[in-house]
Amino acid sequence: RYAFPPGGGSEALLGGGACWRRGWGSAHCRAMFRFTQKKCGLSEFGGRFTLLFNAWRKHTQPTAAVLPSRSLIPVRKANFRGLSLPDNPSLRGLYSRTPKADVQVMAGEELPGVLILDVGGTHGVLENLVALLKKHFHVITLKEFRENKEEMRKKIQSVFVFENRPTIDRELLESLPNLKVIGNSGVGVDHLDLKMISNFGVKVTNTPHAVADSTADIGMALMLASARRLVEGCQIAVSPDTKYFAVNWLGVEVTKATLGIIGMGNIGYKVAQRAKAFDMRILYHNRNRRRKEEEEAVGAHYCEKMEDLLQQSDFVMLVVNLTPETHKLIGKKELGLMKPTATLINISRGAIVDQDALVEALQNKVIRAAALDVTYPEPLPRDHPFLKLNNIIITPHIGTATVQAIRMMTEEAIANILAVLNGKPIPSEVFPK
Amino acid sequence: MLKNTKEKKGLSYVQKGMEGQELPYVLIDSIGGKHGVYEDHLEFLKKHFQLITMKEYLENKKFLSENIKAVYMWYHKPVINEGLLQSLPNLKVVASSGVGIDHLDLKLLSSYGVKVSNTPFAVSTDTADFGMALMLASSRRLVEGYQMAVSPNTEYSPADCLGAEVSGATLGIVGMGTIGYKVAERAKAFEMKILYHNRNQRNKEEESAVGAIYCKKIDDLLQQSDFVLLSVSLTPQTHKLIGKRELELMKPTATLINISRGLVVDQDALVEVLQNKVIKAAALDVTHPEPLPRDHPLLNMKNVIITPHMASATKKTRRLMMENMTESIEAGLRGLPIPNEVLL
Repeated sequence: RYAFPPGGGSEALLGGGACWRRGWGSAHCRAMFRFTQKKCGLSEFGGRFTLLFNAWRKHTQPTAAVLPSRSLIPVRKANFRGLSLPDNPSLRGLYSRTPKADVQVMAGEELPGVLILDVGGTHGVLENLVALLKKHFHVITLKEFRENKEEMRKKIQSVFVFENRPTIDRELLESLPNLKVIGNSGVGVDHLDLKMISNFGVKVTNTPHAVADSTADIGMALMLASARRLVEGCQIAVSPDTKYFAVNWLGVEVTKATLGIIGMGNIGYKVAQRAKAFDMRILYHNRNRRRKEEEEAVGAHYCEKMEDLLQQSDFVMLVVNLTPETHKLIGKKELGLMKPTATLINISRGAIVDQDALVEALQNKVIRAAALDVTYPEPLPRDHPFLKLNNIIITPHIGTATVQAIRMMTEEAIANILAVLNGKPIPSEVFPK
Repeated sequence: MLKNTKEKKGLSYVQKGMEGQELPYVLIDSIGGKHGVYEDHLEFLKKHFQLITMKEYLENKKFLSENIKAVYMWYHKPVINEGLLQSLPNLKVVASSGVGIDHLDLKLLSSYGVKVSNTPFAVSTDTADFGMALMLASSRRLVEGYQMAVSPNTEYSPADCLGAEVSGATLGIVGMGTIGYKVAERAKAFEMKILYHNRNQRNKEEESAVGAIYCKKIDDLLQQSDFVLLSVSLTPQTHKLIGKRELELMKPTATLINISRGLVVDQDALVEVLQNKVIKAAALDVTHPEPLPRDHPLLNMKNVIITPHMASATKKTRRLMMENMTESIEAGLRGLPIPNEVLL
């Protein structure tokens, strides 16, 4: 069924194990395994990308190097999953089935245009990511577009939306006649009017795979930091007034506590995998129940009614998409159902929580504490009551703010955009409801 | 007899145990406040012991010296020195809270025939959890992010707080005891590659359960790790285990996490390497001294997280510690084998 794995070329270099770790379905992994086995002539591989890379090179360039012995495998920093494909000339064109064809396109014809907000600056695309884009596209900033509309408008076939910018409104869509795809960096698309965009015949793609690990990590980081009062502790440790450390200053335990995950998608499941190692009791609430094997693998119990989860959890973690159904999913009633010793952690979208109700609940100690990577708006106005509470941690939406994730998101977005422009199967298309 | 006792002690009552016998006298530093025995632990303790605070002891030394049979040492207090040992002829057991015993002169205590206990298992899970918390907070720049999110200035973007991934990175655990092993169990779920250095190699099943690879030479661990976590006990052998040489062996992108004791690290060398960006960051629950002097350079560095020695600071764990200490004292006073005894 999969002659070439969707999601771009980097995944071709990953072993089955690595695919599974990324949370892909088993059919996907098996297909990948079989594909790589066949193409690379390997009977067994342990996910070491260098082995696979060299095998792939052997396949594309018959005179290329032989598989290195173990001692020559470089220790790559941070086990970075996925090679930086666009940097490697022998892997160019990996995003399509016919490498040679793409190389020809790059050599002679003009690259397709991609619109971005800006290069660098407070809200622009990071410079090293622009360099990645430039290998496949003619990068046009919004400023350049506005200064030279007549020349640029026809060239722009795609938009790379980075940190919700540029804003996609009707005016922009009307001024880009050849626009085919909006490639969003990140998995949330609540900032995009999917229906309106669809009416213009433009596709929308997101990057669900690149964000999963780092977002699950930040969920765990927030839960631990809140439970153990890490931020407060730091303040005590460096405060000029501190003369000695009090011994009666306590937090709450994470190990063996009950974690309720609301939204058990890619990210939610990875949170469960991590929480399991802390011996946590895991409850989850989801639109659909997961398969038995998946539940058993992380020891998760399904709560068909969200109320059951809220009443039993010591930590409630929100990992849902923002949709009309999940808007203000957690309001006064839900907060009232939670234990007074419970902590709310939000790594999805600010609008999923009724913020006024949360302020009240925290002030009146209806719940113990909250840890939010996301708020509405971002950033909060400086006089917002959240900023005055001492039982809340807020972080500036850093769920995917790692060097590795941000690069992977760009690569995934590039793969999606190219798939649309080349008429190939699109790895992560998002459809309006 | 009761009247006599009252006059002698100046106490308003004599505690009696379940069978009506007098409860053993146990010396503590104080009750409540920032350093004392927790008030919500008193009910349990008073069922087993007659607690004598340092203040009460000093007011009534003559009678109490003979009768105090154990010391309940809560966070290093009361301090036990030769003077105190000489004046407590019937002292049998000292129960110390926490797992570290570097603050006790074991030789001295042994020479007075006093047995010592600690609480190694009670603290292990919380300390491992806290090690993970520090690693995640440091790598994802959580504290910096919080400061940005609440500061008066709102012109920032997530890119200003770009951190490094924990998932899939390499963790080097120096000291794979109970705590170190629990850290490995947790790190495995983050798909981390786990290296460890220990006096002795763990057995194969233990290693493969967490996917840990033994590094006989600490240098190998230091050179390959993205995170170096110290979970050794402080002994003469581990004093300044991590010095300038070891820090320079680490990757420039590496982070040092210390949940053992401040003295395991050469603190001055650490300051220097952090200033010169020889390593990327540090996250320290322990320093030397605690707290650091307010003008210490570590307090001002952006790439350093310091917490006030709180790795075991949860209600449940502290209660468990107290119960363990009670058990150890009771066993010691009855002449039975002492749980969690610390041997020389």
